[in-house]
Amino acid sequence: MESKKTCTGPDEGLDIKDSSRRNFLKQSTLLTAIALTPGTAIKAAADHVDEQFAAVFEKMPLKMEVNGKQQSLSVEPRSTLLDILREQLDLTGTKKGCDHGQCGACTVHVDGHRVNSCLTLGIMVNGKKITTIEGLAKGDQLHPMQEAFIKHDGFQCGYCTPGQIMSAVACIREGHANSEHEIREYMSGNICRCGAYPNIVNAIQEVKDGGMKV
Amino acid sequence: MKQFQYVRPATQQGVLDVINKPGTKIIAGGTNLVDLMKRGVTAPDKLVDINQLPLKTIAATKTGLHIGALALNSVVSENAVVADKHPLLAMALKAGASPQLRNMATVGGNMMQRTRCGYFYDVTMPCNKRAPGTGCGAIEGINRMHAIFGASPQCIAVHPSDMCVALAALDATVIVAGKKGERRLPFTEFHRLPGDHPELDNHLAKDELITGVEIPDNNFAKNSYYLKIRDRQSYAFALVSVAAALDIENGTIKDARLAMGGVAHKPWRLFDAEKSLIGKKATEENFEHAAQLAMRGAKGYGNNSFKLKLAPATIAEALKHAAGLV
Repeated sequence: MESKKTCTGPDEGLDIKDSSRRNFLKQSTLLTAIALTPGTAIKAAADHVDEQFAAVFEKMPLKMEVNGKQQSLSVEPRSTLLDILREQLDLTGTKKGCDHGQCGACTVHVDGHRVNSCLTLGIMVNGKKITTIEGLAKGDQLHPMQEAFIKHDGFQCGYCTPGQIMSAVACIREGHANSEHEIREYMSGNICRCGAYPNIVNAIQEVKDGGMKV
Repeated sequence: MKQFQYVRPATQQGVLDVINKPGTKIIAGGTNLVDLMKRGVTAPDKLVDINQLPLKTIAATKTGLHIGALALNSVVSENAVVADKHPLLAMALKAGASPQLRNMATVGGNMMQRTRCGYFYDVTMPCNKRAPGTGCGAIEGINRMHAIFGASPQCIAVHPSDMCVALAALDATVIVAGKKGERRLPFTEFHRLPGDHPELDNHLAKDELITGVEIPDNNFAKNSYYLKIRDRQSYAFALVSVAAALDIENGTIKDARLAMGGVAHKPWRLFDAEKSLIGKKATEENFEHAAQLAMRGAKGYGNNSFKLKLAPATIAEALKHAAGLV
């Protein structure tokens, strides 16, 4: 792993423990999968279908660009983009909230468009460009939306914040941040249980009104 | 989630060759299917990814507008021709889901989405739709979101789509590809009522693929409105929704289309109410009369009985908006 960037969140210091827990889970899941592998992979291969194809327990190659960096991975067809980002690429900024497309904490950009990564199968974004919260800042210089969230106190616990910020950036790029009402409507896919909504709206309005490039 | 095979055939023929096998499901946007798979409501052995098929086009035809089955909900809702000619569809799409989900969900997938009935989603509960023969938990259970029209003793679930309510109102046609070629059916006949087979949501055969929908040209663009009533202002399924489209000339209604969402197992067209409006003046009184006609045959099941009052009020209000009275 390359060296960690400065961490401003409360889980600084938990990194080592947290990542070893993650690695343990990864290894134990892999061992279970190998132990359970039946002969279906062979049978499936005979059932020839063109183009992409994966048998039940077979991993598939996945190439995608994540935050400007090419990634070549091997994934199970059932792995979601969210789990791949967090578990295989250690990009844990993207959060797993509900895991069912209801809260927006997992929001990332795929080819520039915001989506719920928890409902996106990894193999279905093969060849695409992914941007996560880690890809917004330029080195130590935060993205204007990140600055605005800090300035306006657009969070309390911070768990929904990466998804809020990714959605907020897209909201402005789409041209859907022209009034408080429109911002609220087009940010409705991101739930904040701390209720920081007024401050989130203020942050988005400041970035929009400031005419900053997002 | 149960493990599965994944295939991405290069051509439509390749898709048709594999989809009729048992345990096989098509995946497009995946917003509903992946959720259902995570919850164990459905557990396909094989997923057929169709996103590479050339079915994203939105284009005018001689008689209307063709929208490909893989056109994204967000793209359709922002399309200039849709906004100009069929604003009702744009409004309905924007009332559905969230911006993130609309960026993933397709037109065909929207039509194929399953009910959000809590008993269907909870695999520990009885549900004739998920597990035929186990009974309906909703009829005597928590049925606040459920149907007031066309239900059966087997199922009182509703179809959750907003887009489909608009397409039903606009007399759209569904275009379907199968091994024997192309088939076209009226949108209002695509989804079915539960009857004795609530496990079936629609009339698409196992070996068929939706390739697009077509909306005939109309004169409703100036006077249409989609009104959705829900538990919160945005990002919630409809308790009741109404798609209203009027063709008004000198204050007189020449033609009308009305459909409701959140009240039946399919988008619910209000044919009698439409007929009652033709030749009448666009007044609040006439709209309220039409709304009462629309409620014939409605039945409440307890928690959802409030819809018996909410539905006609929503119809009248949507018509007022469509006519420009509010």
